[in-house]
Amino acid sequence: MNATTSVHVERLGKRFGDFVAVDAISFDIRAGEIWGFLGPNGSGKSTTIRMLCGVLEPSSGTADVLGFDVARDPEAVKLRIGYMSQGSTLWADLTVQEHLRFYAGLYGMNGSEREERIAAWMQRIGLGDRRAQLAGTLPGGYRKRLALACTLLHSPQMIFLDEPTAGVDPVSRREFWDIIVGLADEGTTVMVTTHYLDEAEHCNQLAMIYNGKIVARGSPEELKHLPQIGTTVEVLSNDTVAVLDAIEHLPFVRGAGLYGSSLHISLSDAAEIESLNAAIAARGLSAGAAHSVLPSLEDVFSAVVQPQ
Amino acid sequence: MNWRRAWTIAQKEYTQFFRDRRTVAATMLMPLIQVVLYGYLSSDVRYQPTVVWDLSQSAESRQLLEAFTNSQYFSMKYRATSMEGVVRRIADGEALAGIVIPPNYATLLHRGKTPQVMVAVDASDATAARTSLSVAQAVGSSVSAKIERKAIAARGIPIPIVGVDIRARAWYNTALRQEVFIVPGVLALVMQFTMTFLSMSTIVRERELGTLEQLVVSPIRSSELMLGKMLPLMTIGYINVTAILLMAIFWFGVPIAGSVLLLYFTVLVFFFTTLGMGILVSTLAKTYIQATQLIQFFLMPSMLLSGFIFPVDAMPLPLRALSYFVPLTYFLTIVRGIIIKGVGINYLWPQIALLAALGLGVFVFAVTRFQKRID
Repeated sequence: MNATTSVHVERLGKRFGDFVAVDAISFDIRAGEIWGFLGPNGSGKSTTIRMLCGVLEPSSGTADVLGFDVARDPEAVKLRIGYMSQGSTLWADLTVQEHLRFYAGLYGMNGSEREERIAAWMQRIGLGDRRAQLAGTLPGGYRKRLALACTLLHSPQMIFLDEPTAGVDPVSRREFWDIIVGLADEGTTVMVTTHYLDEAEHCNQLAMIYNGKIVARGSPEELKHLPQIGTTVEVLSNDTVAVLDAIEHLPFVRGAGLYGSSLHISLSDAAEIESLNAAIAARGLSAGAAHSVLPSLEDVFSAVVQPQ
Repeated sequence: MNWRRAWTIAQKEYTQFFRDRRTVAATMLMPLIQVVLYGYLSSDVRYQPTVVWDLSQSAESRQLLEAFTNSQYFSMKYRATSMEGVVRRIADGEALAGIVIPPNYATLLHRGKTPQVMVAVDASDATAARTSLSVAQAVGSSVSAKIERKAIAARGIPIPIVGVDIRARAWYNTALRQEVFIVPGVLALVMQFTMTFLSMSTIVRERELGTLEQLVVSPIRSSELMLGKMLPLMTIGYINVTAILLMAIFWFGVPIAGSVLLLYFTVLVFFFTTLGMGILVSTLAKTYIQATQLIQFFLMPSMLLSGFIFPVDAMPLPLRALSYFVPLTYFLTIVRGIIIKGVGINYLWPQIALLAALGLGVFVFAVTRFQKRID
């Protein structure tokens, strides 16, 4: 572990009774990186984050966060990180300002330093003039903003964001990511989970987790060029559903799915594009010719979790 | 221990408590309502409506009935002309007692024989019935004694003075006022219920909301969180105690015989028990509903065993032994001792010491359990 590594995890595992939530995973997160953790609900993302923040005790393995062993020295870690958990973490009966003052107090700030920081973060996060509003009456997007502001108030070296954009409108989601990218540019390490795969494009490094195991990792670019994905082609059609029905069970089609108004089809080899075009034409379906495209992260995910 | 962090928690708790006007109203008014209700609802069974079938219709029988009326426990509300009439009134619940005087009552007396008078009591409520029956017996013996003396005097024999003269004196609560006994009891009970409930709900709610997890990730220590949570509850507790005492003095005219300072100190000692129980339950329960059900296992038995309703000395041995493990038992003894008897620490220190020991045990156990759950 060196100065540029924020998180070093080795064979970290968590079981609840007989259920293995996280199965001996290992990874590193470099300082200043946006490290995305992708996977469906229940795959072990939140459990991993909660172990790294010192909320849950690991069943096996080790995790160092910012140079401290989380199991042995959780308090040292807690002083230096920010954690925004999934779901609401606000008190409906406290105002925006009361929340921020409360968290400032927990981290030992007071007086003018506290007020300056609160004003600065309210400005940056876009909480605007909602200072006196009760958290319970805030719209969903603003609730998440307030939770994020509470997480960032003490300028942590590293932040853990568990599904920060769940239930947030698209405009707010983009603004959220602008803030996250900005923080990383300033040197804050970010570990973020999401199941919006389009958001994952913002991350420097990604790990895909499925049933407690990391099934793929790398930068978004690297993931799209993984050998096991094969060739992804796009087919444009006015009747994508009929085309999907027609080609889904062809022997050389490894996977297919609707992608906006087009179809993304995964083939083992680029040579099979001709056979695919022929098969579509033979059914008398009107569709544009298949052409190879870069796979989306969704394509990557379905390819890597397919039973081998 | 970082005091600023603890104070930050306390400030948040104060803000939340006083923001919810309904909780404030409920917490502040409930104790007063209880004092009023318990103060006026007397368990005294005086003036029981009584049905009379007087077959004798003589001066003697009227004298007997007068003696019953003068006891203040029987009120001759109904007259019956048959046994059926007596039974019907009692069965209907209109009358709780029935007196039947035989037709030969006066004649038997004149002949120097002993007539039999029936007093029947509705014993559905055994406690009330027991009182009525013993009063009836007492009325009987005093009337008999009077008749005897009269008979002896009539024969011109000087009345011999024999027997024991019992001089009964009521100490402390000399006027035998129900509210004097009830006010300290309600004070103890309110402390137990309100404090346990509030401390339990403040932690379980954080868990339900998901905010507890957020606190766990902050640098706050369990001890600071505890202290921050407890401070506002103690404030509320002392406001309640003060309100009850003011109510007792100015509304019911119940004087505080002992030291108010000592009373406030023992309230502080009792906080360990109530707040500790609240924390303990909140480490066992996942939701608020679960917690409210769990806490009944503690609150109900401790209320029944503490001597608030049934005197501890009248309990069967195993239950009495159990009551010595109920902190409320000691607190009740202490509070009654201070308010009614006016006794001081020189009499009460064993109770205070035991209360402190039990409370500390519960509190330390609860906080250690809580630590494990949160870290």
